[in-house]
Amino acid sequence: MSDATTLAAPPRPRAFRAATEESPAVRRGLILIAVAGLAILVFAPLIVVFAEALAKGAVAAVKSLQSKDALSAIRLTLLIAAISVPLNAVFGIAAAWFITKFDFRGKAFLITLIDLPFSVSPVVAGLCIVFMFGANSLAGGWLVAQGFPIVFALPGIVLATVFVTFPFVARELIPVMIEQGRAEEEAALTLGASGWRVFRTVTLPNIRWALLYGVLLCNARAMGEFGAVAVVSGKIRGQTATMPITIEMQYNEYLSVAAFSLAAVLTLLALVTLLLKTILEIRHADEIAATRRH
Amino acid sequence: MHIEIDEISKQFGSTAALTPVSLNLPSGALVALLGPSGSGKTTLLRILGGLEYPTSGRILFDGQDATGLTVQQRRAGFVFQSYALFRHMTVFENIAYGLRARPRATRPPKAEIARRVQKLLELIQLPQIGARYPNQLSGGQRQRVALARALAIEPRMLLLDEPFGALDAKVRKELRQGLRDIHDETGLTTVFVAHDQEEAMELADLVVVMSMGRIEQIGKPADIRARPASDFVRNFITA
Ligand SMILES: Nc1ncnc2c1ncn2[C@@H]1O[C@H](COP(=O)(O)OP(=O)(O)OP(=O)(O)O)[C@@H](O)[C@H]1O
Ligand SMILES: [Mg+2]
Repeated sequence: MSDATTLAAPPRPRAFRAATEESPAVRRGLILIAVAGLAILVFAPLIVVFAEALAKGAVAAVKSLQSKDALSAIRLTLLIAAISVPLNAVFGIAAAWFITKFDFRGKAFLITLIDLPFSVSPVVAGLCIVFMFGANSLAGGWLVAQGFPIVFALPGIVLATVFVTFPFVARELIPVMIEQGRAEEEAALTLGASGWRVFRTVTLPNIRWALLYGVLLCNARAMGEFGAVAVVSGKIRGQTATMPITIEMQYNEYLSVAAFSLAAVLTLLALVTLLLKTILEIRHADEIAATRRH
Repeated sequence: MHIEIDEISKQFGSTAALTPVSLNLPSGALVALLGPSGSGKTTLLRILGGLEYPTSGRILFDGQDATGLTVQQRRAGFVFQSYALFRHMTVFENIAYGLRARPRATRPPKAEIARRVQKLLELIQLPQIGARYPNQLSGGQRQRVALARALAIEPRMLLLDEPFGALDAKVRKELRQGLRDIHDETGLTTVFVAHDQEEAMELADLVVVMSMGRIEQIGKPADIRARPASDFVRNFITA
């Protein structure tokens, strides 16, 4: 009846856009906020650290790093990480294995317990260690008499670091192991493999990427831990002062170049860790994809 | 191998997955466990394979008590519902796993392992896929690789949990015939879990109909069709 041309044309879509996509203005705004946040919270402090370290020239910075205190702090921090990280890798694997491969009462409670070090202030954790193993405590007094002091010595610092960094590996592993289930392990058992062989050839390869992330995070935190270590170490220069502790002491003494040079080294260690992780991820992208659920 | 299940029960906390069941599986039989979801089929299969221990009762292999044997000692070729292939290993390594896991004294040399794996790949009619990873295979191919992996250990019996579960109708038909052929060739006592009554009836020599942890009827497919023992069986096989 009516002429087709008189019908209102349907409204033309403005542009083809996926349903989940925001308008360009919103997108630009979000990107701006993200970049600004990164700049203020991440890049600016990084630049400040290195700028302050080099404020009096590279020579002064290097020289301050060659001081006895700085060298001792670097050595101590590396040693503590070298002890605590493997310990927590083993603890973390054991805890995650136990939680995900067996059914038992109180499982949820145990998972909460693993997170405890995250919710307890490190200072409180340090105080607990002092309380339990200090020279005035029963155990501590005996250990000191045996010539094996815990508090204000290496064992105490390791204990504090292990406590604070305990959750990293386990937390990284538990969701991965739950997701992967027990079927592959059971298959290996039916094929005649012993428990240890199953762990070595099936469980470990399946969790190795999660394990690596956990270990890297654990390592970063172990080298950077301040609160708990400050309490248990006694901050003895050249003996129990780790890098973070030494940085704080030097800063308080207005040794700005020394403090920031050491801070720059600590930052570099963290950056190297991140770089390592990224390289591994790029190199093994196929394999990481393959170990996901098929 | 002749398998006897003697008054086996299984309790998970307060749920009874199996109320005492007894079953006699003659050597070389192809047996289907058939029943609705939750009737205890998987539980019975896992107890046979040694992945689960019964709360009470005995299992006899060729007349000998096998109840206490560990999963490794059972030497059951087990095919899991989701196949459970080792995702970080190639197909070749998957199939070779059981042979490599043997103690040194009984482990075949490298060349012999490679030869056996190749033979199994030919048996499942996938001779070319040894170098692939499980996530590069179709569902039907994965199922056949899982079967080859289970056969590699020269098992005493074959246990399959819903081997055709997640596959489309055409692939199921092919694999059904494949399982029949492999069973006839190896002569292994084979137990498979089936959801689908048509599958069980067509493929098996002996069908075990289960419901709520009990065995409703045991018999040849034709007998069960002709003389269902209860209303449950009649309804289930005509559903
Ligand atoms: N590990 C377990 N813990 C607790 N209950 C379980 C466990 N495994 C099985 N059950 C219970 O035992 C009963 C039998 O389970 P089973 O897996 O044997 O059933 P099924 O016949 O294989 O079912 P489907 O066809 O759905 O696979 C179910 O009620 C189930 O909830
Ligand atoms: Mg089942």
